[in-house]
Amino acid sequence: MIGTEIQNGYYQDYRRFENTLPGRKVPWLARLRSEAMERFMAHGFPSSHEEGWKYIDQPPVKRRRFQLAQAECPVSEDDLMPYLPDDHARWRVVLVNGRFAPLLSRLEGLPAGVTVASLATTLEHEPAMLEPYLGRYAGINGHGFGALNTAFMNDGAYIRLGPGAIVREPVHLVYVASGARDSVAHVRNLVVADENSQGTLVETYLSLDEESYFTNVITEVISAQNAHLVHYKLEQESARALHMAGIHIHQGRDSHYTACNVASGGQWVRNDLNVVLDAEGGNCTLNGLYFTAAHQQVEHHTRIDHRAGHGTSRQLYKGVMDDHSRGIFSGRLVVHPNAQKSDARQTNNNLLLSEDAEAISKPQLEIYADDVKCAHGSTVGYLDEEALFYLRSRAIDEDHARSLLVYAFASDILQQITLMPVRANLERRLANRFLKGCAIGGLK
Amino acid sequence: MLSITDLHVAIGDKPILTGIDLEVKAGEVHAIMGPNGSGKSTLAYALAGHEHYKVTSGTTLYQGRDLTRLNPEERAREGLFLAFQYPIEIPGVSNIYLLKAALNAIRKHRGQAELDAMDFLSLVKEKMEWVSMEEDLLYRSVNEGFSGGEKKLNEVLQLTVLEPRLAILDETDSGLDIDALKVVAEAVNRLRSPERAFLIVTHYQRLLDYIIPDYVHVMIHGRIVKSGDSTLALELEKRGYAWIEQEAARGAKAGGGT
Repeated sequence: MIGTEIQNGYYQDYRRFENTLPGRKVPWLARLRSEAMERFMAHGFPSSHEEGWKYIDQPPVKRRRFQLAQAECPVSEDDLMPYLPDDHARWRVVLVNGRFAPLLSRLEGLPAGVTVASLATTLEHEPAMLEPYLGRYAGINGHGFGALNTAFMNDGAYIRLGPGAIVREPVHLVYVASGARDSVAHVRNLVVADENSQGTLVETYLSLDEESYFTNVITEVISAQNAHLVHYKLEQESARALHMAGIHIHQGRDSHYTACNVASGGQWVRNDLNVVLDAEGGNCTLNGLYFTAAHQQVEHHTRIDHRAGHGTSRQLYKGVMDDHSRGIFSGRLVVHPNAQKSDARQTNNNLLLSEDAEAISKPQLEIYADDVKCAHGSTVGYLDEEALFYLRSRAIDEDHARSLLVYAFASDILQQITLMPVRANLERRLANRFLKGCAIGGLK
Repeated sequence: MLSITDLHVAIGDKPILTGIDLEVKAGEVHAIMGPNGSGKSTLAYALAGHEHYKVTSGTTLYQGRDLTRLNPEERAREGLFLAFQYPIEIPGVSNIYLLKAALNAIRKHRGQAELDAMDFLSLVKEKMEWVSMEEDLLYRSVNEGFSGGEKKLNEVLQLTVLEPRLAILDETDSGLDIDALKVVAEAVNRLRSPERAFLIVTHYQRLLDYIIPDYVHVMIHGRIVKSGDSTLALELEKRGYAWIEQEAARGAKAGGGT
């Protein structure tokens, strides 16, 4: 095979490590991996001509070669706790540099019919559980990051909510990077929610140091008939971290999926969310809040396919960009010909705090059915000077007034966060960032 | 309390106020009337410190200090309050948060202890009765989704809670029905005191049936061209502004066209 130097480097890694990857003796998995590697060698990383990659500076991950993350686990509970002040979750999965850390995880007492496990362990011992789902919706035909993940996928969380299983407390997935300099972790998560099941996932990505490394994660979510999932993803990595996430959601009849993506960390963060409403009555809500500074670049690329009738989708993404940072939202909505009575709404609002900050907002609606409700709106602006004057005329000093307006801008996302520890965490982060110590108590 | 001498104010390059003289003493209520575009609101905004309204010359003394040296929040802390003609909506900031932050900023400036949540709430509830407002408006975002009347009453609620020394009402009565108008007037009348002054900008004499001003000034083309007592408002109601404009034009000619 002929590829670029970086491609060839990853290919050599693959040859070197393929026999150490979990589930190496499972034929369907070996085939999936090798097809993915071939795909990566043939197509490489997305070029700057490709849709979704052409409006922006090319991510640094394409030009840099990362070593596969190593397996040692140098992290203790004491190291972790300062980063998880709101973590009272009963169930917790911790991955350090992409590997399951059993001593840091808490999985006792899960309800009947519920599995929360390491993906690597499951690939080794119960691959048949995964075969119907793994790679089925993420595919390998997307961009090269997905193919590379599939070839190298090692560990992550495997979560199964059996038929009718109700998990009332959240399952917290914590991804920790420590001493991960110049390395890449190809994290892979699989969430299968069977009929009538219900649960909440919280993913937190964080760094224990300031190293530059790459997280290349794919999460597949399969939601069967009438399943209800709430999925938070909190990006809080170091200012030099690089993060690419492909999140693929496949929804069955009358299923509900609610996502909230909050991105404040990282040097370059990209969340691709692909939702397929594959049967009647599917309902998805995708919310996002990103606040960036310095030279950060945070991207959300959503695609929602309404493939069946009576589906509902709601998207609300809000960005606050300071300094030289850049926020990107690209939302593609496809309503297929037989998806009558679809109801889709997409909103992206951006607030620029500096003249050098940038917001790119790109809604794309493709509607092939005639009896649908679709609406989209997007705004980019600076702080409202009249609102600022109004607050100042009420004795509130200028700094406080500015902070208050930024905080207020984000508040409708906050209000939709029903899980209190997540909301408290976010309120504190926003307050630290924008209120500079001003009390926010009683804002609502 | 407020002493304005030959005040000139421009928006961008366009002069709006072209020589205002006005003396307001503690305990007085002054009404400012005049046709659209005469500069009434400009005077109100300039006094509150809006940066789009540039003071190009003249002096404005407030409690003996040069008002133009204070930024808007300092003016508010010194007891100046502007009830906005078009109150601003601030989604995401609750009414009660704004009221409490404002009151405590002013109290702190005066060297008074900040009110805790309980004391504050009982104070606000009492004042809400003054203005016949429903309590749920406290917990809604500032002015968001309020009716026109609710927005105006919300300004008056702020006025009653903040208890300023100089209150400027910029067309607070515009658009109000007679019941809401009476509520506004009653709140103002309850707040009238020897320490407090009001500057009431209005289009309509009707408000002045309920708030009897000590002085009425007529503003035309950026200047106060006639002043009188409350009977002047009744005369304006009967005769309109044209006669005053003619009188002013004659006066200007006689004065050498300055």
